[in-house]
Amino acid sequence: MSLSEFLHMGGYAPYVWPSYGIAALVLWWNLWVPARRLRQVRARLRRRLRREEASR
Amino acid sequence: MSAPAPRLGRAFLALLRRDLLLTYRHRAEAVNPLFFFVLVVTLFPLGVGADAKLLHAMGPGVVWVAALLAAMLSLDGIFRSDFEDGTLEQLALSAHPLSVLVLAKVIAHWLVTGLPLLLMAPLLGILLSLSGAQTGVLMATLALGTPVLSLVGAIGVALTVGLRRGGVLLSLLVLPLYVPVLIFASNAVQAAGSGLPVSGQLFMLGALLVLALVLTPWPTAAALRISLG
Amino acid sequence: MMNFLHRLASPPHFYRISGRLLPWLGAAFALLLVAGLVGGLYLAPPDYQQGDSFRIMYIHVPSAWMSLFIYMVMAGAGLIVLVWRIKLAELVAVHSAPIGASFTFLALVTGSLWGKPMWGTWWVWDARLTSELILLFLYLGVIGLYNAIEDKRAAARAVAILALVGVVNIPIIHYSVVWWNTLHQGPTVTRFDKPAIATSMLIPLLIMALAFNLYYFIALLMRLRLALLEREAGARWVANLLAEEEA
Repeated sequence: MSLSEFLHMGGYAPYVWPSYGIAALVLWWNLWVPARRLRQVRARLRRRLRREEASR
Repeated sequence: MSAPAPRLGRAFLALLRRDLLLTYRHRAEAVNPLFFFVLVVTLFPLGVGADAKLLHAMGPGVVWVAALLAAMLSLDGIFRSDFEDGTLEQLALSAHPLSVLVLAKVIAHWLVTGLPLLLMAPLLGILLSLSGAQTGVLMATLALGTPVLSLVGAIGVALTVGLRRGGVLLSLLVLPLYVPVLIFASNAVQAAGSGLPVSGQLFMLGALLVLALVLTPWPTAAALRISLG
Repeated sequence: MMNFLHRLASPPHFYRISGRLLPWLGAAFALLLVAGLVGGLYLAPPDYQQGDSFRIMYIHVPSAWMSLFIYMVMAGAGLIVLVWRIKLAELVAVHSAPIGASFTFLALVTGSLWGKPMWGTWWVWDARLTSELILLFLYLGVIGLYNAIEDKRAAARAVAILALVGVVNIPIIHYSVVWWNTLHQGPTVTRFDKPAIATSMLIPLLIMALAFNLYYFIALLMRLRLALLEREAGARWVANLLAEEEA
């Protein structure tokens, strides 16, 4: 089976690939949002910690 | 401590009477959902055309969707005023189980909002060109179905009564739970139109009613306690 | 065992253990995902009736399973919240909802994309799709309720009640929709029913289901860690943890 045949999906490419694409997008989004917020929160807490140490 | 609390049955009846009396004093407000019910049903022929055959096919569903919406609009009244003036807090502190007292309030609410829908059904039957047998079945489904709407809706109200703008949220919480009632009730009326037996659907509605009567007071009471904080 | 659970439920331990666990879970998920994709997209032969369009099944079916499973987890956590008032269970109930809603959404979208070549339209009122749509509304109700109540601990308990009410209703809704569907729908319903599925098609499906389960676990853990850190921002263990990492 050639690559183009694989991508063609027996004529069902317009349905199969969007399904997998949307799934990838949704699953990635669900991990990316908490990961990004976690980074932000940790950065904020670290800054606060440093300020407190400096003022001590 | 003060005098011993009245027996549970008497407390139940007293609360029921009080709620009915309160509604009677504000009767102008209480009829609004009823007008809404008739108004929605009137809008459908204007929207889809007055073809008698079309109305005959759509009538059962239209009446029942309108009933769901009317029931939902009136739901907020079950606990709102009692929540705001502190009566609910007193009820929660009483010696009697809150779930039973809640049931009295829901029944009172059904008597003033669900029962009138039932009495309005013959009129709507005429408007939507339903046959006599269909109107009878429509009334039977309303009699069995609208109490379920009040009982299940009470859970949603209890969860949202503490919120300032809970109206739209309430519909999101409650309407999906109304799906089985809608399906069985409107289908019974449809089946009656084609001369098919409807006892199965009515038994299902009856079963849903018993289930709701037995099960819903607990989550309603628990949700009220959360809303009271 | 109880002792271990208690220690796990304490925020610093949970944060530490979950942090150590996550890379392993991520690796296992990636491995299963690749295996499932290769098996589903490449190794499994095309269906004799549906051709290659059946490969959407490897997303659609596990998503639909997960959408129900996560609701069950939510209701289970809700029961624990109402009976034992364990904080970690509150977080599990609340933070499962968006993940469950995502899977429900995926099941609907992929069902529609699968339905187009099979049924010729994007949407039919098929019993399963209709139930899934109502399930999405139930999830949105849970999320809406949680966001609307300001006191987040009260919100979590409200969510617990709603999830339990929902879980009692889901079978009733599902069977009423199935019953309604058999009356209103012609023979199209049977299109999705595959009498027997070939092993080479089934194995990738099971692998994908396992991968989605792991994914749920990972996404949930990440949300729990975030929620703990935000809620306990002023606690000593957070300061210690950050200082440790700095060093």
